[in-house]
Amino acid sequence: MSNTVSNTHGLGVVGKSVPKLENREKVLGKAEYIADIYPPHMVHGALLASPHAHALILGYDITEALAAPGVVAVLTGDDVGEGRMGAFIKDEHAIAKHRVRYIGEPVAAVAAETEQQARKAADLIRIEYQTLTPVLTPEQGLAADAPIIHPDLESYFKVFDAGSEANLASRTVFDEGDIANAWEHCDVIVEGEFTTQAQAHVSIEPCGAVAHMDGNGRIKLWSANQSVFRVQANVCESLELPMSRLQSLTPRIGAGFGNKMEPHIQPITVALAMKCGRPVKLILSREEDFEMVRARHPYRIRMKTGAKKDGTLVARSCEVLLDCGAYVDDSPGVLGFSLLMARGPYNIPNMHSEGKLVYTNKIRFGAFRGFGNPQVTFAGEQQIDEIARQLEIDPIDLRRKNVLSEGDPWFLGQKVESAGLAQCIDAVEKASEWRDQIRSTKTQIPGRRTGIGMAITAHISGLLSSAAIVRILEDGCVALNTGAVDIGQGSDTVLAQICAETLKVDLKSVSVASPDTDGSPYNWGTTASRVTYMTGRAVKSAAEKAAIKIKQHAAEMFDCNIEDVELRDGGMVGIIGTDNVLPFLAISARAHWAVGGPIIGEHSLAFERDTLDPKRAVALGLPFPRIGVLSFGALVVEVEVDEVTGQTRILKAWSALDVGRAINPQLVEVQIEGAFVQGLGYALFEEMVWDGGRLSNPTLMDYKVPTIADVPYDIESIIIESPEPDGPYGAKGAGEIGINAVPAAIANAVFDATSYRHRHLPMTSERVFNGLYNSQRKHQ
Amino acid sequence: MSINVNSRSQALETDGHDTLLTVLRDELGITSPKRGCNQGVCGSCTVMIDGTPQRSCITLSASCENKQVHTLDFYKDDPTMQALQNQFYNCGAVQCGFCTAGLLISAYALLKDNPAPNLEDVQNALSGNICRCTGYRKIVDGVIAASKELSS
Repeated sequence: MSNTVSNTHGLGVVGKSVPKLENREKVLGKAEYIADIYPPHMVHGALLASPHAHALILGYDITEALAAPGVVAVLTGDDVGEGRMGAFIKDEHAIAKHRVRYIGEPVAAVAAETEQQARKAADLIRIEYQTLTPVLTPEQGLAADAPIIHPDLESYFKVFDAGSEANLASRTVFDEGDIANAWEHCDVIVEGEFTTQAQAHVSIEPCGAVAHMDGNGRIKLWSANQSVFRVQANVCESLELPMSRLQSLTPRIGAGFGNKMEPHIQPITVALAMKCGRPVKLILSREEDFEMVRARHPYRIRMKTGAKKDGTLVARSCEVLLDCGAYVDDSPGVLGFSLLMARGPYNIPNMHSEGKLVYTNKIRFGAFRGFGNPQVTFAGEQQIDEIARQLEIDPIDLRRKNVLSEGDPWFLGQKVESAGLAQCIDAVEKASEWRDQIRSTKTQIPGRRTGIGMAITAHISGLLSSAAIVRILEDGCVALNTGAVDIGQGSDTVLAQICAETLKVDLKSVSVASPDTDGSPYNWGTTASRVTYMTGRAVKSAAEKAAIKIKQHAAEMFDCNIEDVELRDGGMVGIIGTDNVLPFLAISARAHWAVGGPIIGEHSLAFERDTLDPKRAVALGLPFPRIGVLSFGALVVEVEVDEVTGQTRILKAWSALDVGRAINPQLVEVQIEGAFVQGLGYALFEEMVWDGGRLSNPTLMDYKVPTIADVPYDIESIIIESPEPDGPYGAKGAGEIGINAVPAAIANAVFDATSYRHRHLPMTSERVFNGLYNSQRKHQ
Repeated sequence: MSINVNSRSQALETDGHDTLLTVLRDELGITSPKRGCNQGVCGSCTVMIDGTPQRSCITLSASCENKQVHTLDFYKDDPTMQALQNQFYNCGAVQCGFCTAGLLISAYALLKDNPAPNLEDVQNALSGNICRCTGYRKIVDGVIAASKELSS
């Protein structure tokens, strides 16, 4: 499916499906995750969780816990200062202090000789509470007489114009065109309310941390994370430590999906280690991981879309209400991003989107693969389907008529530099035999109905800053150091491929440093589908700078001009047009021992394109002035609905993504397949359910995630390559985009099968059965 | 009490309440089985007990007396496991890797029982192992490829 990308690179390691660098240790069971670290003399940490959704903490009695067998230290909110952390609004202490804001919030911690002793002792801590009325929904939170969850909200530090007030954490409004007068120019208008549920990340590795303070008072912290630097920032802000006192490191990570980007229990683990003077290991149970960390935001969405008779889209408005839980975490970013993506990848001249983010007494909601995009896509792509059906236009034709292409502005004005969306649509249309499918009869097997649906999407990769250091070792091998945490998706491998390609060396001669705040350059994080694109750019430029130094040495050794030498495959420099070559070994030896010193190439960058063009659009409360480049995707799914049970099965899926350039096609395919399956669970059955303020299904027994028995083998991934001009070898992000269109495509397919439009996720068997029953009654 | 792990008899200090998973990891330092849910659902802690794949997180260590416990580490020279490991490595069946050891044990038990499984056999045999990263397709590919490698 590759096109428009030339194949003119050295060893051709870019574009090759090389196995991940660390796969061997993983198949041998030797990869070391956070729970596999057992430092000498360590103690185990355990947490006491708040039993109240909203209460003031009046006092602690820790005497019984301290006297319990094996206990070394007890930590409460009294042990930490007033420091607060938060990516957008600094609203969160290291551990609950003065007040608890959700059931499950860590309120005290114990360190003891064994995990069992620590857990038993935690139950012996007595806390006196004064309970307060909890706020359980955003609607309740906005009520005039609502209890206030953060009375000091106005004084909290905020990184953007949040417009915070009472329980309103932030608000964002975007406008382009003339929405007020646009509706009268529409021949068809569809309007609806959509709701989506909270989804748990369920990385199979629960969150955990290991911390140790040395004799100088310096702290070493390993943790399950997506950014050693965000860990360092959050721990240091909340515990009021200078960053020079904390070294943040990473073991192998058992996946993240957003859950491990911002802090979980790292600040508590560090505080506990400082208190007891021994290494502390704190690993969450699965239940704690569900109840304490974060989840995908539940959304309430009102959307309205209008088009002309010929299918030209004219206007869309989108209002969203987000529950951010007890702390805002990444929520303002999620809100702003979903409003930016609410237009979808279409040219719609009149657009309005606005949203509110409201504190409630629930677990914080935050980053989760898709970052607010799957929710608005669920609404938007169903409305496109509705319009197509009303106008009797094929849904693919309607989309094709309106999609944006290269050079068009994204909503708010950023120019789209590369757009393989039309090719994505063509590819899934062809692969799914769309035209034949929609003509086929709906019922092949008695009692079962099949349907087909499609949805399209876009996503960004970018944001903030990254850097890379490329060092040429004495023997000519290459040491790459970026600070980017590989959470299992394969970024170490992809970055090494980019480095090897640029220096024309064998992949085996490149080592990748494990991220370490003491030794790695800053990397904002493994998030926003950004490592291949952002860190890849840094790696390519750093490698190019190292290459210049290598060539300079070679020119001096050959006694010729630098313009006369070139890199040759296998770590060599040659005089152009001759067989005269020098290996990196000789060049690096000269640099190390004689002239100039060790060869190092380094590069830093921050994403540079503006989201907003003030001449085109207006934005209030924009949380990210520069966001990222755009990847595109199209998805077709075929479903089968059981008329008796309402159970929906996915028979086949075709997912095409424009990733600019697949540095490692196999790793892109796994992103497509994995994202589809995570989206399948989100669409059909995954749901966190609360009984009052208590999460009632915080276990894998009660919260179902897709198993191999729930998913089709036939998930066909199709890679489209429309190179991004400044992407490394044209690459842009692939990590999140694959999930965005899944709920919408499945909903459109379920409509095709049952004639019932599902506006509420998940589409459980019960809901699909009821929908089928209702649509049959309507037709009788 | 003592249990036999990877063909070595190990004396334990356990009080019998500890699960096999806790004993393997915290007492014996065998960390290839993982604690993903501690409830017998995710399958990341799967080990062989007397030749049957079982969840070590819901198996009391006391119940393993006089039984043979084998973890992934035991099979490093076993051709069937090596084929699975090679094909997981090649087919992209490994992402974060946290579920991998459990999956390999379940797949090993399948191939020992059925050297030429079809898609449905693989799906049935692995339905007790949750992977949140891959979408499962490449895991199926890895198992089928291993079975073909072994039969060729």
